[in-house]
Amino acid sequence: MSIPRHWRLQNQRYSMVGEVCNACGAKLFPPRDVCPECSKPAYEPYRFSGNGKVYSYSTVYQAPSGYEAFVPYTVALVKLDEGPLVSAQLTDVDGEEVEIGMPVEMVTRKLREEGEDGLIVYGYKFRRLLREEAA
Amino acid sequence: MLLKPIRDVGIAGYGAYVPRYRLPGSEVDRIWTDGQGGSPIEEKAVAGPDEDTASMSVEAARNALARAGLNPQVLRAVWVGSESHPYAVKPTSTIVAEAIGAVPAVQAADWEFACKAGTEAFQAAMGLVGSGMADYALAIGMDTAQGRPGDALEYTAGAGGAAFIVGPAEDSLAIIEGSFSYVTDTPDFFRRPMQHYPQHGSRFTGDPAYFRHVLASAQQLMDSLGTKPEDYAAAVFHQPNSKFPERAARMLGFRPEQTRTGLLCPMVGNTYAGSSMLGLTAILDEAQPDERVLIVSFGSGAGSDAISIRTTEKIEERRDRAPRTQVYVQRRKEIDYGLYVRYRRKLHMH
Ligand SMILES: [Zn+2]
Repeated sequence: MSIPRHWRLQNQRYSMVGEVCNACGAKLFPPRDVCPECSKPAYEPYRFSGNGKVYSYSTVYQAPSGYEAFVPYTVALVKLDEGPLVSAQLTDVDGEEVEIGMPVEMVTRKLREEGEDGLIVYGYKFRRLLREEAA
Repeated sequence: MLLKPIRDVGIAGYGAYVPRYRLPGSEVDRIWTDGQGGSPIEEKAVAGPDEDTASMSVEAARNALARAGLNPQVLRAVWVGSESHPYAVKPTSTIVAEAIGAVPAVQAADWEFACKAGTEAFQAAMGLVGSGMADYALAIGMDTAQGRPGDALEYTAGAGGAAFIVGPAEDSLAIIEGSFSYVTDTPDFFRRPMQHYPQHGSRFTGDPAYFRHVLASAQQLMDSLGTKPEDYAAAVFHQPNSKFPERAARMLGFRPEQTRTGLLCPMVGNTYAGSSMLGLTAILDEAQPDERVLIVSFGSGAGSDAISIRTTEKIEERRDRAPRTQVYVQRRKEIDYGLYVRYRRKLHMH
């Protein structure tokens, strides 16, 4: 991915900024400018709470290029409290701890590195609720 | 010589971060001395493979914003003090500022002074807010320190830190009474460009470096303010190990119960620029209104910043807006030396 493309996606990826539909109030992530619920334009930025639940998940042992440092890792579909489903890596969790319905929260982590001398790409991942893990 | 701005300033919010992984000292000892050497601390916090000073600073900063109850757009500065910035050229602070939503009308810079880079940024934030140039400034001390495999530092070089939002006194959970800095050119510890691991002149680390600077800054701050050790509910000193801060506290006249809450080194290791600031967050988590706290950092090279604060009644409503420091300390996943080597990339794969 080119450096300009990283830059344009940053706000969306660092802190889960999506959009809210002015017409029906639906929250959109990722931002797509047209509401999937009512087809009206949706341009208003909306910062998601980052809270949700694991909807489904799968563990990756053979990672694509740039992600090798993290194997094995779990990728999940997360149902956000505001409604949308997003796909993201889980972090700070052991594979056997993951279960459907597990409450998770968004954190910003390194997604990958473009080699030893390239860009470090940061973005959202999800972890078990901190308060529950420490309990 | 007291550092004190014209306008009264304080701490509007604070936030801690410690990664989840722990390397027991006994593991380092097992690998390098066949378990015969002992370890200066129980265990140290280790950053996960997807963590670095930038990502860790983001979480601490979000915690500080939550406690302060502030919109990130009111921040006029985001300053990160560290000796483990992820890039040699490209600020950590811009990544943090973007991720927390503080860009673009914000000053951003990275600070360096070994382990006191964080308190340096904090003092600068006092000046920025104290002059009236800004209402709020964010100062972070955060590190993912590395010791050379087999070196004495490998037992203690940990990961973690804290973020503080400095603001006007009337919106503060603790008023800053004043600060004092004591600096000399001392070759106790250094790392040249392109070198992965630091060098330390062991002859220099104790008396001429740590104790000389820490004792001087703390004593001169208290003399300037007219305070005594018994005026403080708690004190926290930079923690390269457990013994140095305990001895410094004793030499200044503090009792062990005054330093207990902030002494996190035995559980998380030496978090370098994060060390004394992280200890302060643990103290603030427990402090009552109208209590004095002394914080004393130390950075090799060498210098020490001492800061005296006094809590306000706002501390009680704000502290539970974000996870307490002990929540991070008690969250732990033990790893062995092999996984540590992998997570911290001590193996060359090519
Ligand atoms: Zn709609």
